[in-house]
Amino acid sequence: MTNFWNSDSVWLFRHRPTAIIAAIVAVLIIGSAAAAPWIAIANPYDLSTFNLMDGLLPPLWQSGGQAQFVLGTDDQGRDMVSAILYGARLSLIIGLSAMAIAAVLGVGLGMSAGYFGGWLDTIVMRIADIQLALPAILTALLIDGIARGVLEQETHQSLRVVVLITAIALSLWVNFARTARASVLVERNKEYVQAAEMMGQHPVRIMSRHILPNILGPLLVIMTVDLASAILLEATLSFLGIGLPADSPSLGTLIRIGMQFLFSGEWWILWVPTLFLVMLVVAINLLGDFLREVFNPRLRR
Amino acid sequence: MTYFIAKRLLQSVFVMLAVAFIAFSLFRFVGDPVSQMTGVETSLADQARLRAELGLDDPLLQQFYRFSNNLLQGEFGYSYRTRQPVGQMIVERIPATIELGVVALVISLLVGIPAGVYTALKPNSFFSQGLLLTTLVGVSVPTFVIGIMLIFLFGVQLGWLPTFGRGGTLNLGAWETSLLTVDGWKSLVLPALTLGVYQLTLTMRLVRAEMMEVMQSDYIRFATARGISYRRLHYRHGLSNTLVPVITIIGLQFGGVVAFSIVTESVFQWPGLGLLFLESIRFVDIPVMGVYLVLIALFFVVINLIVDLLYAVIDPRLRVQKAV
Repeated sequence: MTNFWNSDSVWLFRHRPTAIIAAIVAVLIIGSAAAAPWIAIANPYDLSTFNLMDGLLPPLWQSGGQAQFVLGTDDQGRDMVSAILYGARLSLIIGLSAMAIAAVLGVGLGMSAGYFGGWLDTIVMRIADIQLALPAILTALLIDGIARGVLEQETHQSLRVVVLITAIALSLWVNFARTARASVLVERNKEYVQAAEMMGQHPVRIMSRHILPNILGPLLVIMTVDLASAILLEATLSFLGIGLPADSPSLGTLIRIGMQFLFSGEWWILWVPTLFLVMLVVAINLLGDFLREVFNPRLRR
Repeated sequence: MTYFIAKRLLQSVFVMLAVAFIAFSLFRFVGDPVSQMTGVETSLADQARLRAELGLDDPLLQQFYRFSNNLLQGEFGYSYRTRQPVGQMIVERIPATIELGVVALVISLLVGIPAGVYTALKPNSFFSQGLLLTTLVGVSVPTFVIGIMLIFLFGVQLGWLPTFGRGGTLNLGAWETSLLTVDGWKSLVLPALTLGVYQLTLTMRLVRAEMMEVMQSDYIRFATARGISYRRLHYRHGLSNTLVPVITIIGLQFGGVVAFSIVTESVFQWPGLGLLFLESIRFVDIPVMGVYLVLIALFFVVINLIVDLLYAVIDPRLRVQKAV
């Protein structure tokens, strides 16, 4: 235990106040979002749990606020606290799944490209080049547009979350592929890889059991940074009205709804979800910075 | 050098062909073009005739060849939604996006470069620390939130600036500009700021990093020893040597400006290309989507090409090295 407490990365963590604060904020937001069904007073997806009569109530500390709705309600009478907890839950589910799919796809393709080289390398890296020419938001929009054209409207509605996850995952895999490939190119000429090859081990086993653990550091940094990008991408798509609809709102959808009250003075409907989203993304990005420092000692001051 | 240019040109043509093929597949396989163009009451015989007229029964390669040929000649087909020629719709929307993008880029450079130099020369001053903290926010806060914040502050609270549309515009032939009226400039300020903030933070951080590195180099130390004035030292010897990488990054950033203009145009209802693309996705208007895609890809490829060639001119080592 003392070993763990005094280990390099934990020592660094204890001496970085920003990292500690970011970790606390991230854990609080992710924890409360995961526990949303148990701690929220209402389910924003269930019409019967809210009352139109409670609509547009201000937060508790303003005159007219009610103790029941700490951060006020929107025009439908939805409790804002419940809305952002469920919204963050949806944003995190989509962000995490998209990031995980992008990681598996990108690391798999990137490692194979770097390990085998040849035509596989050429094809994967050319595709990556073409995709890198288009910004992630454009790719995601395009994939969503294609899904709309291919799927029937009803199927598309019921598959919204899946389409979003696919669109985001397919626009983020390139980062993983390039990093994995570059790391594999370095590792594959090292002696432990040559020894494993000499012993006649299967390439898949060499990649997964020998090389992968050694290149996990930089990949972990990308996972954190890309989780933040995935959450932002989802929020942006939903804000543009391409993502999730108003009856199953993510944080981006909530901000979109709040925009309608920008001019009428009900500031909490807009700013509560916006602040929540920004806090979440900033916390994750700061953790990413910290991880980068851990895995790249040259950055330490 | 000729070999390098030829190779890069060939690669660019290859990328453009790939993108054109994606656009073609969109048009050909996502939904049925014939059923999109005809109503429910069109007879089967008419549909078959239209199919033959469009050449949809020909071999695929031949269709792709014709599709690319049409693109090269500026024939982009008709929008499913408005029934107008796509080329005309795009030409109408281009000025708004270009004006927005250029003004945003100018703002980001005019503020970003001096701010970068200042924070590099005086890293410990209170003002520098404040600027650096602001850039951290600029990187983490999504574009649309920045737009909303600006609208809230300058449009709603202070009521100084309009929050949507282009305001008064003047027609200069085919070019509809908002740069010649006071009203137009007022409408441009908020969207251009929104679009420029991210580029600004990027430029500032880049100039700062480059400048700090250059200021530690031997020739600067030597110049200091020679007793050159600080102004000359900082700007003539320092800044001009940081600008090479900065210029290349700025070229690449212009692509980012185009992409993020989708978000900015949506927040401010700015009638440019990005808004057109967004509408085309919402209504599955495949021809518009396809042409927008090809246009953006062309834009990126040309900029990448210019940047690469510039690099080769500036840095002779790249001419022999294999292009990665």
